[in-house]
Amino acid sequence: MSARDSGDAAERSSTREIVLARLRTARDAGNPATPVVVTREFATTGRLAPGSAAVLERLDETLTDYRATVYRVGSEAGVADAVAGVLAQAGSIVVPPGLPGEWLTGYRGDVRRDGPPLSVDELDAVDAVVTGAAVAIADTGTFVLSSAASDQGRRAITLVPDHHVCVIHAADVVCSVPEAIARLDPSSPLTFVSGPSATSDIELDRVEGVHGPRRLDVVLVGP
Amino acid sequence: MSTDLGRAAQRSRTVELGMPTVAADPHGHLRGIESFPAAAHKALADTQLRRNLGHATRTIRAKRAAVVSEVDDWEELRRAGESIKADTMARLPELLLQLEEQVTARGGTVHWARDAEEANRIVVDLVRGTGADEVVKVKSMATQETGLNEALEAAGVAAFETDLAELIVQLSHDRPSHFLVPAIHRNRAEIREIFLREMPDVDPALTDEPRRLAMAARAHLRRKFLTARVGISGVNFAVAETGTLSVVESEGNGRMCLTLPDTLITVMGVEKVVPTWRDLEVFLQLLPRSSTGERMNPYTSTWTGVTPGDGPQTFHLVLLDNGRSNVLASPDGRQALHCIRCSACLNVCPVYERTGGHAYGSIYPGPIGAVLSPQLTGISGPDDVNASLPYASSLCGACFDACPVRIDIPHLLVQQRAAAVAAHTRPTGQDLTMQAAAIAMTTPARFKLAEKALGIGRVLAGRKGRITGLPWPMSGWTNARDLPAPPAETFRQWWSRTHGEDA
Ligand code: SF4
Repeated sequence: MSARDSGDAAERSSTREIVLARLRTARDAGNPATPVVVTREFATTGRLAPGSAAVLERLDETLTDYRATVYRVGSEAGVADAVAGVLAQAGSIVVPPGLPGEWLTGYRGDVRRDGPPLSVDELDAVDAVVTGAAVAIADTGTFVLSSAASDQGRRAITLVPDHHVCVIHAADVVCSVPEAIARLDPSSPLTFVSGPSATSDIELDRVEGVHGPRRLDVVLVGP
Repeated sequence: MSTDLGRAAQRSRTVELGMPTVAADPHGHLRGIESFPAAAHKALADTQLRRNLGHATRTIRAKRAAVVSEVDDWEELRRAGESIKADTMARLPELLLQLEEQVTARGGTVHWARDAEEANRIVVDLVRGTGADEVVKVKSMATQETGLNEALEAAGVAAFETDLAELIVQLSHDRPSHFLVPAIHRNRAEIREIFLREMPDVDPALTDEPRRLAMAARAHLRRKFLTARVGISGVNFAVAETGTLSVVESEGNGRMCLTLPDTLITVMGVEKVVPTWRDLEVFLQLLPRSSTGERMNPYTSTWTGVTPGDGPQTFHLVLLDNGRSNVLASPDGRQALHCIRCSACLNVCPVYERTGGHAYGSIYPGPIGAVLSPQLTGISGPDDVNASLPYASSLCGACFDACPVRIDIPHLLVQQRAAAVAAHTRPTGQDLTMQAAAIAMTTPARFKLAEKALGIGRVLAGRKGRITGLPWPMSGWTNARDLPAPPAETFRQWWSRTHGEDA
């Protein structure tokens, strides 16, 4: 360690102590006489049962409301056709390393598995990405991608391509935000996606299509 | 470990180093150059600004009301949000240590900054260390507060704002005027002009259709994102228990900044910590519905330290005090630290809707800014422009009703007015007027007396129905605004006359 480095380290640790000491003094000065009680009287289970036909129906509505296009299939066997249908115009796609091969049996274009990882420019050159999802929230029209899941993959692959196709199974659909949070493990990166990229920055109107994928298709598998 | 540190701090430092401090000037963008009444007077004369703001805030109020009404347990969620934040403040130092421990264990590096200048120095040094001469930024109030872009520029580093509204502000060499939509004061025609003037590669046939404007921003920033080596972000919620950080956004520019660069530097005010992962079940319901009026914003990213093979492989977290310890020391005032920057209180505020965000001087505008900024900076004396901020309100209470974490802003406004008065060695006219008003408002009986006195106002107003100048001490108030003449009869007077009882 150079003299400069150790000097920096010493300065860093003393700043830390000063900030902490200030915060302790302030906290003690401002703390209420009685300890704070955290109340959680809100609903932690949703109005609709996870995986039910009703919860899928609501998810379909909320996804559609935020400009995702939803394709319903009754069972796993229908996924390949639905995926091939939405990718009819896509010449090439990227998929995470563990995406089930059966989902792509109807697709005729070029499939690039992200393992070893593609470069950013390679990702920019493909037309679409296909993934699964960790959980979906019907109340809000959201699905969550976990980078730890082999059918979802690292974050860049669902960000750079302009078209995202996400396959969601009924078993992973919950009604409310609390139910989803309880199912998720935050130790790997998560991305909560609700509709295609959008902005409300121009006169506070929602406009779809900025930096993330501008087209979002969901294949919803279940009753 | 924490007690050892506390003792070490006591041993090695004089007491004042451990005392809560305010953000001293010139540390960041927490003070304007003129008082609120003076700045508001100018803003009120700008009819285009008032039209833009009126349109935008009306739109967002309607959207918010619609999505909030969908949630049956909204009040319970608000109470949960309020109590989680109060609990956080009561344990802030310990939670920050836990956050530091978790982030460090997951391969991140944590830095602490006393003030804006120190935070900027840390970030500038980190960027220099990478050899990069440009960075991409996702909108962050903390780095706006510290004036990081200017500090980077002075060090020869170009900072690219990537949020659409922030880009509009940056390209037009303007200042932000709203938390969520920093360019809320600009309409689509103005945005088109700014893009045509400032984007070198823009299509000259660009129209003012919002979709076309968004596309222009996408094209403008695409290459920057794909080649950026350093990203800079703020934080919406930092989970102490797991070391997980989160950014809530819409456009995907946040995901770009958080995912593609090799190095990520995140700056957060210390109050952004929450105790547990589970707490996000509350805040991810409260925030999107209150801010953009959506059931959920398009993208929320969470990450924990460094993840091999996914995203930046170097991660720094800068924890910023910059006056927050001063706010924390006030038993009531610390509520201002509960703010999750949703901007609902701005959108419902009749004063904000007319004056816009710039009149507040500080980068924190609106009702919450009016109580937060003077606490962060402290009030230095009668000439401190931030002393005028708590008067930027009619105390109508709309901000409290809208606030997803139930911050009692009207109460804090009255309290900050008292603090502003106390800071003056020789009272000014405005002080006396406001002091009288504050005393009058403390009990119903006094309020009634004050209302009777309002009758005098009608005499002063005369035929025009406007009071344009009052004798001292009231002149401090009317110098900056015309007062409508008090009504011939107040609500209470009307009630007691028509209902025949003493109100
Ligand atoms: S004070 Fe409340 S309403 Fe205002 S921005 Fe903060 S959280 Fe939102």
